[in-house]
Amino acid sequence: MWIIRRDLLLAMRRRSDVLTILFFFIIVVSLFPLSVGPEMNMLRAMAPGVVWVAALLASMLSLGRMFSNDYVDGTLEQMLVSPQSLSLLVLGKALAHWLVTGLPLVMMAPVLGIQYDLPLDALAVLTVTLLLGTPVLSLIGAIGAALTLGLRGGGVLVSLLVLPLYIPVLIFGAGAVEANMAGVAFDAHLSLIGAFLMVALVFAPWAAASSLRVSME
Amino acid sequence: MLQGINLECIRGDRRLFSKVNFTLESGGLMQVQGANGSGKTSLLRMLCGLSNPAAGEILWNGTAIRTRDNDYFAMLTYIGHLSGTKDDLTVIENLQISSALAGFEVDVGEALDALERIGMAGREQLPVKVLSQGQRRRVALARLLVCKTTLWILDEPLVALDVTAVKLIQGFLEQHLQQGGMVIMTTHQEIDIQAKSIMQLQLV
Repeated sequence: MWIIRRDLLLAMRRRSDVLTILFFFIIVVSLFPLSVGPEMNMLRAMAPGVVWVAALLASMLSLGRMFSNDYVDGTLEQMLVSPQSLSLLVLGKALAHWLVTGLPLVMMAPVLGIQYDLPLDALAVLTVTLLLGTPVLSLIGAIGAALTLGLRGGGVLVSLLVLPLYIPVLIFGAGAVEANMAGVAFDAHLSLIGAFLMVALVFAPWAAASSLRVSME
Repeated sequence: MLQGINLECIRGDRRLFSKVNFTLESGGLMQVQGANGSGKTSLLRMLCGLSNPAAGEILWNGTAIRTRDNDYFAMLTYIGHLSGTKDDLTVIENLQISSALAGFEVDVGEALDALERIGMAGREQLPVKVLSQGQRRRVALARLLVCKTTLWILDEPLVALDVTAVKLIQGFLEQHLQQGGMVIMTTHQEIDIQAKSIMQLQLV
């Protein structure tokens, strides 16, 4: 667990990295109402999708840094020769990544949702789906970041690898909010995102750890 | 006891070395020598389990290290070309975190003591990014003093160090060997270490 503390400490020393991601998210989400115009019904209809897509992109922006700093200064080598389980270290790093990049988005989302004239309960559902879904993004992203470690043009490659894997989370995340606004039950959507989270928690650290061993060879 | 049996390393389509055999006993120092590009670092990375040999086996007390089925990684400290220090963290934070990674919780007192012994007294609270290359190396090497491991694998540990630091490190190595530790290192510098068994492994 000290690895989470270390990554948070590093993030605090480089606050600008964290803030750029958050501002990227805020700006992308705010661009749509500005460009589409004050058509309330249309804005309400597109809100869940826009917020979710912006969250995907924002979380992906920071993936490159998840392992590359540790790779460049040799800390990653030390993690590989450490007697501690590499999967657990990766899990710790993914959780730290989420705390630094995912959680601020979740907290910002209800405020941004107001721009789209979302009703209060839809805002709540949106926040809950993001709360369940953004950790999945960090976990799946860890696999992509590990696979593309040390490659030239890894940033573009990681989006090609990871974005398709984000699609299920996106569909059910945005779907839950739409269902809520349409007055239909949305708990099935939430359960499915929860299931994705469980599966990712179990498999992603292991997959990312194996990818790291391959990338470092 | 660490044994290498018929180790072979292939990079791309070039065979760097093959049929490398050695046995390192407690208290032994093995110095890996060879020209640039002869595979010294590759051999050391292999011994750390960072890459797998194309052929052959590495045994720690009789079991293969790649099975990860023994205490090998708890007994090993590896210091490579890269210092493994974080620029944004202070000297003492770096030491504490890198030892925690190796499985040794170090309190502030111990860390300060180790930094003093390695000549970094008074700079404990500086971020590593303001340090010189030699000072960064000292911070990385300070880990040897706080982690109670048996086998030290050091890739060019003396690079960038000044004369006094080189003497200091040689003293630490000697002491470690006297206490029954093992050292595998590469260096292009002349070293002056007294130990009960010193081996040269020549890579061609």
